[in-house]
This record gives sequence, C-alpha cells and structure tokens, in this order.
Amino acid sequence: MVTELGPVIRTRPALAVWKFASCDGCQLTLLDCEDELLGLAECVRIDHFLEMTPSEGADAQRARPAGRGPYDLSLVEGSITTAEDAERIQHVRRISRYLVTIGACATAGGIQALRNFADVDEFVAAVYARPEYIATLETSTAISAHVPVDFELRGCPIDRRQLLEVITAHLAGRRPRIPSHSVCFECKRRGTPCVTVAHGTACLGPVTHAGCGAICPAYGRGCYGCFGPSSRPNLRSMVAQLRRDGMSERDIQRVFRTFNAASPEYAPVPDLAAEEQHGPPA
Amino acid sequence: MSADAEVNGSPPPVPEGLVMGKDGMAVLVDVLIRRGFTVVGPTVRDGAIVLARLLSADELPYGWGVELEAGRYRLRERTDGAAFANAAGPQSWKSFLHPARVREWSADRVEGEVVFTAEPADPPRYAFLGVRPCDLRAIAVQDRVLTGGTYRDPGYEGRRFGTLLIVVECTEPGATCFCVSMGTGPAAGPGYDLVLTEVVDVHGHRFWVRSGSEEGAEILAELPARPADPDTRETARAGVTAAADRMGRTMPEADLRELMAGTLDAPRWDDVAGRCLTCGNCTMVCPTCFCTTTEDVTDLTGDHAERWRLWDSCFDLDFSHLHGGPVRASTRSRYRQWMTHKLGTWYDQFGSSGCVGCGRCIVWCPVGIDITEEAAALHDWTRSGAPAPETEGE
Repeated sequence: MVTELGPVIRTRPALAVWKFASCDGCQLTLLDCEDELLGLAECVRIDHFLEMTPSEGADAQRARPAGRGPYDLSLVEGSITTAEDAERIQHVRRISRYLVTIGACATAGGIQALRNFADVDEFVAAVYARPEYIATLETSTAISAHVPVDFELRGCPIDRRQLLEVITAHLAGRRPRIPSHSVCFECKRRGTPCVTVAHGTACLGPVTHAGCGAICPAYGRGCYGCFGPSSRPNLRSMVAQLRRDGMSERDIQRVFRTFNAASPEYAPVPDLAAEEQHGPPA
Repeated sequence: MSADAEVNGSPPPVPEGLVMGKDGMAVLVDVLIRRGFTVVGPTVRDGAIVLARLLSADELPYGWGVELEAGRYRLRERTDGAAFANAAGPQSWKSFLHPARVREWSADRVEGEVVFTAEPADPPRYAFLGVRPCDLRAIAVQDRVLTGGTYRDPGYEGRRFGTLLIVVECTEPGATCFCVSMGTGPAAGPGYDLVLTEVVDVHGHRFWVRSGSEEGAEILAELPARPADPDTRETARAGVTAAADRMGRTMPEADLRELMAGTLDAPRWDDVAGRCLTCGNCTMVCPTCFCTTTEDVTDLTGDHAERWRLWDSCFDLDFSHLHGGPVRASTRSRYRQWMTHKLGTWYDQFGSSGCVGCGRCIVWCPVGIDITEEAAALHDWTRSGAPAPETEGE
C-alpha cells in the first residue's frame, strides 16, 4: 500500500540538558545512546549540554550553567536542594517550551531526599569538616514541586530506550509510549518466573512502575523499585506481603526509602509496616 | 491439526494404544525434529518448570515435581523419575501461539511516499509436548476467541494451525488444581494428535500412547513401542481416575455464570480489592486471557514506523482509558471485571467458561488471591440472605 504525502518539513528543535542535584547518570544515558547518537544529532540541535562540552577553549565560553535559550525540549536531571537551584529551575522553565524531568532525582527528589525525614543540620555536621561552608535546603524536592513539568521519565537511572522514545515522540508530536503499570507485566512478557512465588524473594515489582524491562528478577533478584511507584499502588497489601516474605518493619521502611523515598505514594509505608508488625494502632 | 479438529477429530487407529519406555520418548523428540517441528515442552529453568524449545528428551523435567499453594511455587525432587508428575508451570502455551510481543506491520517514508510492509507470516511448525488436558481446553478456548466469529487473528491462525498437540494426562494434580470443577481434566478431551499417560511402577517407567489424528498415528508408527498390555492401560487409567479425586481446589457447587451476574454488588469485591495489587500477573499467566494493546513506534527521523501488539491486562489502568480517564479506576472494578468475565460473561461472548481450572492465577498471584475462594465467598453471600442488587454498582 502506498500513500501520497506532502513534502516533509523538518526543523531541528533545540535540545537542552540541565543538571541539578544528581549523580549525572541520567544525562549520561543520552551519551549512552551510542548507535542512535549521530541520528539524534541530525534530528535535534544540542544547544546546551555541559556534560559533553569541553571545559576549556571557545566552547567553554559558550557553555554557561544557565543557557540563554529558548529551547524546544529541556531534559532536566536532578532535584532541588539549594536556594540557587530553586531560582535556576524557574529560569530553565521560562526558556523551555517542553520540559521533561529525567530520573528519580528530578521526578521524586532522589536518594538525597532521605534528608526530608531527618535533620539536615545534623547530616551536614556529621559529613562535612567545615559545615559552615554548606548552604543547603532542608529538603530535596522534585522539579514538579517548583515548576510545571510536561513529562516525567522515571528510573535510577532512566532507561536508554525510554529516553529515546520520549525524544522521538516529541519530534513526532505524539504522546510518549511509557506505560505506568507494574514491573510484573515486563517479567511476564519476557517469561521470567516470579521470584517471589518461585523462590520466596521479596520483590517490589507489583507496586513499581515498569520501564527497566524487569532486569533484576531476570537475574533472580527482587525489584528494588528504582522506577518508583506504579499507578495507584496497593501499598497496604504489598507491605503485608513483604512481611510474609520475611522482612521486618525496619526492612520494609528501608526498602521504600531509596531512590524514590519522597514519592508521595510511599508516605503511608512506615505506618503500614508498623501496623503489620504490632497490629493496628489502639 | 486444525482448530476444528475438536469437531472432526479422526478416531485413533489403534484404540488400545501402544506402550513405550523412556527410550521411546527420546525417539519421539528426535522424530518430531526430523519432521521439521520446533518442539516445545517443559524443562527446568530459574527454579520452575517452564515451557521452552527442546532439542532432546533429556531436557524434560525427569525427576521433578512441584509443590503449589496460593502465591507459592517450589520445585521438589521426585524419587520416581517421572517427567510429567507436576502441575501447571508459570507459562502457558499462549506464550507461543499468542506471544507477548508481535510486530504487525512496518511503514517507511520513501521519497515522499509511505510504503507499508506486512509482517512476513512464516511461523515455525510447533510440536507442543506435554500439553495438560486443562491447557488443551484452554487452547480450544483461545481458538474460539481468536479464530471464531467475525474478527479473526491471521497471525494466531498461522501459528496455531500447523501446531501438533501432544497431550499428557494428569496423574499428579497440584494443590491449586480444579480441572474437575471446570470439566477439563485430568483425562484428555478431544483435539490432540497424540495423548500420553505416564506410568511408573515396579514394572518400569513407561508411557501409554494413543493417537488422535492421522499425523499423530504416523508419528506413533515411528516410535519403538509395543501394543499396550491390559496392565499398563489399567494402571494408567487408575492413575488418572485417582488424580480426579485429589484436586486441591474446587469451585462452589453453583452455576458460576449466574453467581457472577447475581453478586455484582457483593461486599466481597471490596475485600479482595484490599488484597489485590493490580499487578496483572493473574491475566498474564492465564492460558485463556487474550487481551492486547497496540503500540505504534517511530524512529528518530520519523521515516520508519512499526505497529506492535503486546499482552495487556484489564488490571492496567490504561487498558480501560477512554476519553477523560479510565473506565475501571478502582481495584474493585478491575478485579470484578476480570473474574466476572472469566467465569460469567465469557459464556455470553464465546459460549463457554473462560476458566479451565489450571490454577495458575492462584499460584502466581504474589499475594495468593484464590479465584475458587473468591467464588466460594460470593456463593456464601448469596446463601446468607444477600440483598437483591438494585444497581450494577460502579
């Protein structure tokens, strides 16, 4: 079948990559798109990406932490942990047409959001020799807590194929194909026997957002929840199951306190875990 | 064998069947491969008896049994060396006939024109070795869904119609099996090319084999087998009869279709919704669940596009996403949709039950939700003076 179309009008949208509080792993996923990188560079103009800009010479002059813009597509990595970054994300939003957060830090606050459950001054005093040099916020928050976000890509780190899908969908003007169901779908589709049922291994897969391709269970390990909560997770039932799989109240609290610790969906976990261990509150 | 063989199944030419030993099983796999079949059967992998391509009968799970419970599956070594003394594993044959991911077509933009290319239909000829009677029925159910009626799935037809079905009757049901309640086992119903019953006793390890089609009879003629002696036949039959009395689960004694239609407002749905993770495992392991989603994929240039079909599930919020949001947003409505379709409205749609009693949904539910227990609870509710439902709830 052959369909006649009009001439294809292509523009090269301007892409920017931004870093906030993060480990760089998610933006490096862009460079990890080895086979597709040249094709990508033909489709978008990578205007701002400090990670792949030389630190010396003419390019270094051009590359400023806060680019001028405007950019058609901004990929934002990292969470907001300082007053400066809280300002800078406002600037990034102003100069970005379409803003996508990439990874658990930008989407949920990252592992550094553990500070949200403790006293940040104590942390600073314990970690740094000269705490007075450190100026930081009391919390680590997701980008969406500061500015409107057009799409949130999950994962710690993000999945390379999903990142390409988000960029491709943006170029085609369609919705990205990023399902929000559980990791169990991915295990079943690839034929991995359930590690909880077949081995008694505790696994967060049933309440975790798909996207990684169910890597850990394929190697006999339980899901760690790198991609954060799936849509409307039943945490009460999941916590009860983790208890049956042998986890203590403390273990259960900790297994949810990782890369997506500050996800609002996980907020009831400590109470649910306590209830499982000690019975419902009087 | 074609899907309508259930109707036209030719009578087995050797009604009494033949008997062969383990060496016969080895020859059977070799004969199938020589005849050009891709042989798929049970084998041990990742702590479970999975279905995979077999290159030799040595890969069969000789000496492995399983211990099943709601939300629990464990391999157990058996001293008798039997290959088929184990109940359903994590996959069903739909993984091959109705695969999890299928590319349907691709399209390319060439000099301003879009050229569509259909996916080449060149399926392997499968020989399924070790199909259980419940799964044989499940294949017949999917045949009706995917090849009966107005909307036929040519991809399924292509994979299915060349497939040779070698059934093994059940002598060792699991604690989660209820094929007797669903009328699907443990003896084989019609539709097979060959049927085997495994016997291990003081007289040795052997298989009683009968054919159910011409091709089955041809293959049987190539095996090192002798006419079945009355003792083997009797022992085999007794093993299958005994299995019927050892079902781990039963459905309530009720018309399940009426039970589903009459309990849409039962409080039990809230109870099960409290436990259900909506993870979708039950639908993925179910041998009859057939729902899929369609995904269109484009490459970076926009010059190449592909349409893929993937297994989907009524437990996925996106599955019922229409204009404005999902139709079945609550867990209650999603679990109820699955169970009432499986046991009730499947009759209206396809003329049979959608459940064959294999018990996979019970075993592979991470939190051990048991469809027989849920049905029993609904049945109890109707008998304990449930109020007549006024509306259909959500």
